[in-house]
Amino acid sequence: MLEARGLYKSFGKIAAVRGVSFGARDGQITGLLGPNGAGKSTTLRMLYTVLKPDQGDAFIDGLSVIADPLAARRSIGVLSHGAGVYNHLTARENIAYFGELHGMSRSDRNARAAELVELLEMQEFADRLAKGFSQGQKLKTALARALVHRPKNVLLDEPTNGLDVMAVRGLRKLLAQLRDAGHCVLFSSHVMQEVEQLCDEVVVIAGGQVVAAGSLAEIRARGGDRLEDAFVALMEPGEVKSGGAP
Amino acid sequence: MNLRGIWAVFRKEFRENLRDRRTLLSALVFGPLLGPLLVSGLVQFSISHAEEQSDENIKLAVTHAERAPNLLAYMTARGIDIVKVDFDEAGARQAVVTQTHKIVLDIPEDFGARLQEGQPAPVILYSDSSRAFDRGGVGRVKWLASQYGLEIAQLRYLAAGIDPISVLPISVQEVDVSTPTSRSVIVLNAMTYLVLLSMLAGGLYLAIDATAGERERGSLEVLLTSPVPRQHLIYGKIFAAAAYMLISLVLTVTMFSVAMSFVGLEKLGASANLGPKAATTLIACCAPLILFGAAYLSIISGFAKSYREAQTYLGLVITIPTLPIMFAGLLGLQAKLGLMFVPFLSQHLLMTTVVRAEPIEPLFVAISVLSTLTYGVLLMALAGKLYKREGLLG
Repeated sequence: MLEARGLYKSFGKIAAVRGVSFGARDGQITGLLGPNGAGKSTTLRMLYTVLKPDQGDAFIDGLSVIADPLAARRSIGVLSHGAGVYNHLTARENIAYFGELHGMSRSDRNARAAELVELLEMQEFADRLAKGFSQGQKLKTALARALVHRPKNVLLDEPTNGLDVMAVRGLRKLLAQLRDAGHCVLFSSHVMQEVEQLCDEVVVIAGGQVVAAGSLAEIRARGGDRLEDAFVALMEPGEVKSGGAP
Repeated sequence: MNLRGIWAVFRKEFRENLRDRRTLLSALVFGPLLGPLLVSGLVQFSISHAEEQSDENIKLAVTHAERAPNLLAYMTARGIDIVKVDFDEAGARQAVVTQTHKIVLDIPEDFGARLQEGQPAPVILYSDSSRAFDRGGVGRVKWLASQYGLEIAQLRYLAAGIDPISVLPISVQEVDVSTPTSRSVIVLNAMTYLVLLSMLAGGLYLAIDATAGERERGSLEVLLTSPVPRQHLIYGKIFAAAAYMLISLVLTVTMFSVAMSFVGLEKLGASANLGPKAATTLIACCAPLILFGAAYLSIISGFAKSYREAQTYLGLVITIPTLPIMFAGLLGLQAKLGLMFVPFLSQHLLMTTVVRAEPIEPLFVAISVLSTLTYGVLLMALAGKLYKREGLLG
């Protein structure tokens, strides 16, 4: 379970996030939707503890990311923007390394890596150095790395960037599996269709603020039948309402 | 404090870089091989050149040799090969410039006449002082000419009834106190410099890769979400860089020891103290610097925005710690208590003492080791502080 409570973050004079509050429940996929530069990444980075909020706080399963970031980190798995992996380690070693950082014993992390290799269908490249990996292979490695310590909460920053159709499908399937297993999944995206197909709950962010939050049905009810229309309506509240249903 | 995270990061960085050609080449090949080969090659060259010079007779081209047969006979008897030529002044200059003859002696027409009249009799010697290798020959010709003059003077005094000894009130006797080992230090001075540089270079690429490289690849952000305190992450990286520096240091000193044993230094009348025991002492003197060097390079490359930028920075900063050594060389500094507080310089001075086979002061070693380790720990703490900053993510 994740909760953002009144988050503020500025970089110099630029206010990236201005009072963002929302929650993401276990057993659901929550989408953080917004145009580029809306503050999605900054919000996620505060949630996964690499940035400290200027104001407000965030809670991972009730643990404050400000008061106890180390404890909060134990129950989050993160796929950051770009999903960089270590080129001179094999996929399996990349995964096991993060297991070790999470304090897993050697046998435990190796067993878990084998499990993830199977789950993500990585057998073909699991023992190759990551140097020549395709985007899809890198993403799978980074995803397995994020899941190695069986985190209750999974945060993904623009996970589908640069992936081909097959890889996106695979990712979708995996996120659905995680939801069904009771995980709390939060991912950011600027692609409407993705959010539409995957999410149970949507948080729309623009200009560093939450402009709408709720189930897909609720969001649609506010702006139009298609999420895209609703999205546009929310971005430009002054001019759209007339657009209505298609 | 839970140190597991430091160990995990150390092992991963060490293993990953073991597979990185750049790290391996700089840690295990370039420094340890090139430095010792270069220095021993230079030493070998200067030895064989010196041998060649001392064996060879000096060739002297003489214009108008017929005007000074006795002088030339005197020189010939003392190892000068006379080549008779016929040049005017311009021709003599030209011959030296083009090096058809390295030294040309011109005997003026009135040489014999002036000598007989008891007037100063000049001879003209052409040589090129910018060619250092021939200075020995020129000096010898000059010295022989003045010795010949001196002998004539003594005969004149005798003829005038004066004891020739009384007109030489001062006689200079030279005593060279340099021992064979201390002489070799001149030859080996480049060595301490190369050892320290090679040591730093051993950890260079790891330091860049683990900081600027990790950020550029985009893996730093995820690393920071692991439940390991941020300062422990950088400590692990610094220790990994230190491990490569240690490997590089041990290999470089060992290679120097081996390479120098093949070079016939004793032919120069010099022998460097670089046996297994001295080599071990050298490594022990430098080892405390490793922590300092690794933290130093990690901090600098931590500031860089990209791998390339870090490379540019480090190419420059890697030479900064070795600057005091250059000053020491210029000023001829000797090991002193106060200098033992200066990192790199104290190691250089201690190494020089060891190579000279001079007794080494335990207090000096203690100060050098303790102060250098203290600086290293302080720099590590600073690196830990820097890794807590948000700006780290760029």
